[in-house]
Amino acid sequence: MEREAQGENSLHTIAIILLCCGAVKMLHLLGVITVEDKADDDLEMTMVCHRPEGLDQLEAQTNFSKRELQVLYRGFKNECPSGIVNEETFKQIYSQFFPHGDASTYAHYLFNAFDAGHTGSIKFEDFVTALSILLRGSVTEKLQWTFNLYDINRDGYINKEEMTDIVRAIYDMMGKYTYPVLKTDAPKQHVDAFFQKMDKNRDGVVTLDEFILSCQEDENIMRSLQLFENVI
Amino acid sequence: MAAGVATWLPFARAAAVGWLPLAKKTMPKPPVDNTSRSDEILYVNVSGVRFQTWKNTLDRYPDTLLGSSEKEFFYNEDTQEYFFDRDPEMFRHILNFYRTGKLHYPRHECIQAFDEELAFYGIVPEIIGDCCMEEYRDRKKENQERLAEDTEANEASDAPLPPHSTSRERLWRAFENPHTSTMALVFYYVTGFFIAVSVIANVVETVPCRPPKGSVKDLPCGEKYQLAFFCMDTACVLIFTFEYLMRLFAAPSRCKFMRSVMSVIDVVAIMPYYIGLVMPENEDVSGAFVTLRVFRVFRIFKFSRHSQGLRILGYTLKSCASELGFLLFSLTMAIIIFATVMFYAEKGTKGSTFTSIPASFWYTIVTMTTLGLVKLDSVLQKHWSQVYHQNFIRLKVRLARIRMAKKGTTNAFLQYKEDRDRDSDSTALCVKNRSAFEHQHHHLLHCLEKTTNHEFTDEMNYSELCMTESVGFRTSRSTSLSSQQGAQNNSTGCCPRRARRRAAMRLANSTVSVSRGSVQELDTLHIKTTSIPPQTRSSLNAQADDLKLNCGEQDFTAAIISIPTPPANTPDESLPPSPAPIPGILRNTRATAYTHDTVKISSL
Repeated sequence: MEREAQGENSLHTIAIILLCCGAVKMLHLLGVITVEDKADDDLEMTMVCHRPEGLDQLEAQTNFSKRELQVLYRGFKNECPSGIVNEETFKQIYSQFFPHGDASTYAHYLFNAFDAGHTGSIKFEDFVTALSILLRGSVTEKLQWTFNLYDINRDGYINKEEMTDIVRAIYDMMGKYTYPVLKTDAPKQHVDAFFQKMDKNRDGVVTLDEFILSCQEDENIMRSLQLFENVI
Repeated sequence: MAAGVATWLPFARAAAVGWLPLAKKTMPKPPVDNTSRSDEILYVNVSGVRFQTWKNTLDRYPDTLLGSSEKEFFYNEDTQEYFFDRDPEMFRHILNFYRTGKLHYPRHECIQAFDEELAFYGIVPEIIGDCCMEEYRDRKKENQERLAEDTEANEASDAPLPPHSTSRERLWRAFENPHTSTMALVFYYVTGFFIAVSVIANVVETVPCRPPKGSVKDLPCGEKYQLAFFCMDTACVLIFTFEYLMRLFAAPSRCKFMRSVMSVIDVVAIMPYYIGLVMPENEDVSGAFVTLRVFRVFRIFKFSRHSQGLRILGYTLKSCASELGFLLFSLTMAIIIFATVMFYAEKGTKGSTFTSIPASFWYTIVTMTTLGLVKLDSVLQKHWSQVYHQNFIRLKVRLARIRMAKKGTTNAFLQYKEDRDRDSDSTALCVKNRSAFEHQHHHLLHCLEKTTNHEFTDEMNYSELCMTESVGFRTSRSTSLSSQQGAQNNSTGCCPRRARRRAAMRLANSTVSVSRGSVQELDTLHIKTTSIPPQTRSSLNAQADDLKLNCGEQDFTAAIISIPTPPANTPDESLPPSPAPIPGILRNTRATAYTHDTVKISSL
């Protein structure tokens, strides 16, 4: 009998202690009292600053004039004072142009295509080099860049899975509200049509030469490649 | 669009080269950019203070004054600069917005002056950065409240009555502004007096009076002079009822008046008396009746019509209602926790008064209110507003901003598409005040459309399309194989609009046509296992029978029109050859179904 009462008392004591801890925790959460020091991990920011090579060097490496480089750099520096763009920022920027759908997957592939050195961030030189190819490069260079974009694993071949990923990412950018309604196998059909056209020897993969050859045969593509000449 | 997006647009457009090998159709022509290529420095003179900035910087926000061609109106040819006769101090902040992409609110400036400057330069205040947004909103709310008070005071003051006002309007005005006529003033003071009398009577009737002769116990005065108090109560209630009815009669909007706080207080003040009259002198119910008398104390709130201070107190309480609510909630939480602790702490001991947790509530409440509530309150208030503002308001603002920006750009693009289709000239882009940036952005979106061979629509049209596809799904099952093959056009290559027109014409010739969407559905039908119950076919046949029974061609056409879904719904070859008017009627039904598509057909 006495032992039972003792047991009950000890249970009560434990319950009280737990409740007190709970109360203290609640007060701490409300900020009324402070129990431990909060680590200042919020304030710690890695300030990485990257400066590009000289203007003359960049002018030599790319097809832009000094003035154009200046304009480009001013815009770039304004947006990214640290001099580099990481993937998250890149995705956010790119998604702003496609508010209808989800541009993050395609932005990921684009980022990898821009980031030639696979450093995980785009510096101004990468940016300008890629722009130079896309806007001022020869047809072969443009097609080569596009091939690199499609070739996700950089093995020199585009297979159907890679192409399907890219095409699905592009369709994702359209969003939900399209006319006609987007079917789930639309990317697959698109990829099949693409391979029909590009894969000359029907071996299931597209090599760089096949790609360039097929594109040069297609007048539409050739004509469209000139479209973006005057973007800058 | 957000800051600096204009900077990245060239890169996004360049990256569109990656879509070109995949494109199913030819890309549209890019917009012609007539502006000079090289960047130049602009001079902006604001009341003598000269600012210089790159043209690019100002072009970042094309829907503001400085970013659009509107600034040309302020261009001074002689001095080759843009002159604005505005405050240079404010302009500094505005120009910084263009430079950094964040708009800051200067704390030492008047909120109204700042708003006016923003309105002049065409900048929406919602884009104020998070760092200054709370301050801005607080000041704005303060200012608005002050303005509201001022306008109310101005309205309430002695504006002369319009000459031809009815007696009702005059009565209402007398009630609202007692100073306008002596009668109103008299009435105002009389009601005030009676409110005071009623409240005092309520208080006095509970005071113990000397007992009448022959009794020992002290009686409350209410029972000793029962008749006197009853008469006074009746008089007060009569006056209040009369006043309420007069107000109700005079109110310009009776429903609104009845819903207002003051009217509710009036009703609550006089109801107990009438309920008391109605209720019988029963011992059981009189207990409830006594409780009801408590509501008579609400008469004291009628004073708020007479005192502006009380009204202001009410407004203050209302405006910090959320904070008060939080305070009450946290108080309840604390009470429950401590009451539980006390209960379990004292459980073992004999003779404890904490027989249950609710019993210990009272102890906790008294202790907390006596000792620590004031301190807790101030601390909680401070942290509450911090946390609340940081988390909820900022999140809401950001979400609203994102939603607005998204809607803005999608709407702009869809509007551009509609305009383009209506003009039926795909080469000449209409230059309807659209900036170069927008042109280029729309060109980019157009390229994406051509790559995927799908077009952007908005939610409304999309839901319509979904409905038609589901209907076509049901009916396509019932179509015969030959018609299916006949209807199948090379859908992927053709323009979708042309397919729809062909479909309409085919139906006019009384062969079955299914909409292009359902053709694709047919393909997928063969792939997927269909779970359509067999009675669908019979039900459709039943529909055909109904139509046949309706006889006469007139009825037939009427039946078609009445079906809101597109003609693909009409059943098969059993239809009689359709007369000429049907195509027109069909087009009309199409017009009612989707106006969007009708426009597209005509543009061909």
